[in-house]
Amino acid sequence: MPTKIEKDALTGKLTTGHEWDGIKELNTPLPKWWLYILYATIIWAAVWALLFPSFPGLSGYFGGVLGWTKREDIAREVAAVADARAPMFERIRTTDLEEIRRDPTLLRFAMAGARQAFADNCAPCHGSGAEGRPGGFPALIDDDWIWGGTLDDIVFTIRHGIRNALDDDARQSQMPAYGQILSRREIEDVAEHVLSFTGRATDAEAAKRGEAIYAEHCVACHGEQGEGVRAVGGPRLNDAIWLYGGSRDQIIAQITNPRMGVMPPWQGRLDEAIIRMLAVYVHTLGGGE
Amino acid sequence: MGESLAISAGAGPVVRTEAAYVEDVVRAFVIATVFWGVVGFLMGTIIAWQLAFPLLNLDLEWTTFGRRRPVHTSAVIFAFGGNALLGTSLYVVQRTCRARLFGGNEAGWFLFWGYQTFIVLAALGYVTGVTQGKEYAEPEWYVDLFLTFVWVVYLIVFVGTIMKREEPHIYVANWFYLAFIITIAMLHIGNNLVLPIDWGSAKSYQVAAGVQDAMIQWWYGHNAVGFFLTAGFLGMMYYFIPKRAERPVYSYRLSIVHFWSLIFLYIWAGPHHLHYTALPDWTQTLGMIFSVMLWMPSWGGMINGIMTLSGAWDKLRTDPGLRFSVTAVAFYGMSTFEGPVMSIKAVNALSHYTDWTVGHVHSGAMGWVGFITFGAIYYLVPVLWGKRELYSQRLVAWHFWIATLGIVFYITAMWVSGIMQGLMWRAYDELGFLQYSFIETVAAMHPYYVIRALGGVLYVTGALIMVYNLYKTVTESEPLPAPAPAWRPQAAE
Repeated sequence: MPTKIEKDALTGKLTTGHEWDGIKELNTPLPKWWLYILYATIIWAAVWALLFPSFPGLSGYFGGVLGWTKREDIAREVAAVADARAPMFERIRTTDLEEIRRDPTLLRFAMAGARQAFADNCAPCHGSGAEGRPGGFPALIDDDWIWGGTLDDIVFTIRHGIRNALDDDARQSQMPAYGQILSRREIEDVAEHVLSFTGRATDAEAAKRGEAIYAEHCVACHGEQGEGVRAVGGPRLNDAIWLYGGSRDQIIAQITNPRMGVMPPWQGRLDEAIIRMLAVYVHTLGGGE
Repeated sequence: MGESLAISAGAGPVVRTEAAYVEDVVRAFVIATVFWGVVGFLMGTIIAWQLAFPLLNLDLEWTTFGRRRPVHTSAVIFAFGGNALLGTSLYVVQRTCRARLFGGNEAGWFLFWGYQTFIVLAALGYVTGVTQGKEYAEPEWYVDLFLTFVWVVYLIVFVGTIMKREEPHIYVANWFYLAFIITIAMLHIGNNLVLPIDWGSAKSYQVAAGVQDAMIQWWYGHNAVGFFLTAGFLGMMYYFIPKRAERPVYSYRLSIVHFWSLIFLYIWAGPHHLHYTALPDWTQTLGMIFSVMLWMPSWGGMINGIMTLSGAWDKLRTDPGLRFSVTAVAFYGMSTFEGPVMSIKAVNALSHYTDWTVGHVHSGAMGWVGFITFGAIYYLVPVLWGKRELYSQRLVAWHFWIATLGIVFYITAMWVSGIMQGLMWRAYDELGFLQYSFIETVAAMHPYYVIRALGGVLYVTGALIMVYNLYKTVTESEPLPAPAPAWRPQAAE
């Protein structure tokens, strides 16, 4: 074997005598600190494996001498948080909504809890500042309420949702697709009439023709002057707030083939106390009645 | 260099049967490494800006973050890193075995074009939405099958070259390269056990499901880090650092012990990617303790890399190429300490799913993998193109400092952003409510995303300087005088 052990001039250490493409190797022993830390990590690992669930068996696994499991651990942590909040949650559940709004301690608690709950559950549709989003997601910071803006109205809407198939008490309403009922011309006329509520009609004659059609088909849900009918969730048409846009084309599109939003029921998904806190929170955002 | 060859020739009878090493293919691999490196870094920088400014997704399906991110990861890991590993391994194995490549030029070129085809097929899939949805294993079954074939040829070529070596021993770099080739084959096949829904369809389903599939995925994913990005590049380190420093490897014994302990321990550490998930407690414990035990075996490589410079530290001042290699080892040491720390469950509870993980990966990827490759390339290009030296050492130094600054930007931004993110997620107010909503944590990270993206711009800039420097080296540097360079076997005779 062509080995030629040499002494490295710079370090005084011996080489192994091997050489590859000019590369040699010193025969330096393992650094002591390196070896001892390696042993220490192995010992630490062995101790840890003994204390905690570690090795699998043919059926089940070795659970560790501490008897620790992650499931119990997380259940304990969650329970601790729940316990700490329990007294206040109980008060929120049993206090009248109006009373919560007036009591500074309860209100502060409700606002803190609901701010978080709103951000994680409601903001995706209604916006992080409850400003709503284009495409049918209503703003909650104004006084334009489709289903009512009292504390009781709001809490009902949160509990049961809107137009969902999951809750029997969900708020229900359905606008017919007038594209299959009225002619294109008639729809344009109604649109002109709707625009006239806000003084934007461009064709007085068409608006006049539209008035009759409106009286026949629309008035029940949207009101004589387009003021909306909350009992059936018919939105107001005589203000500047539009779910699906207020231009002539957008109104025609909505009459022809209406889009209608859905809100899930939060009862059962969120704690009753959280729902009540959310109702108070939304009520305080600007338009509560 | 000629002198050392003379010693080896004098140490035993040298019988050479073949004329020269296969080098054309290695040159091609070097070019591919540089090309894909720039593509990968650029793609990473683009998606970093997309994270900071979502508008840059352009609302087109092909340009969204979701499709470009695998293009970035695959371009840097498999295209840049893979070409670097294939190229250097073919170079190193021939020289340290004193044997021409098994299969010769033909096998080499097959590997080259086969591997480039794999990269292009994979990338086309990502952009058009064809994906298995497994991180770092996104290519669908037909690409996987093709790569398996190429990889087996690679294994045969590599082992074949070792088998016909004229050196009595196998050099440590080749142990690492071989461990990389074999283990990647095993991981690739294991994690891609899928059934196509139809032979005419690109879509497939995994054989394993649920948490088993997740465990197989991270057994693969972690060892892609361990064997592709660590073992393979350690092979690179073990050749190019002693070669460049012209010093013997620090400790042969350490190389043996850290090689085997690394190989044995790495393969078990995958479960730490699934802490606090549906993975059973016992599996998580094993993943954690094996990760912690991995600390010293990883550092063995760092010690051998850095201590090889003892007696030649002054070269760091004069040789910016070597500075790349040694800084790479320092980054390697840092990330292989950070990794075990993050695998500890109490730490992981804070770091998991945050940018801290992203920062950790990038200190390894940009610092270790990137720099060790740049060091090797700066060594290889003059050698392979028969030049006396690089066009400009100054430009290498510029590349070094700009890229280092880029990494510092990147990882410090991600540390701050990641730890902040983890703390915000778990913050409770005094009334017992979570203090921040998810979107508030996203908004808080914005400035750090911008800093990270700037770090990426610096890193790309450095790479472009390298491209210019290498181009000038090949086209303008003074050639070595005839006869052929001293490290060609025929020249030693």
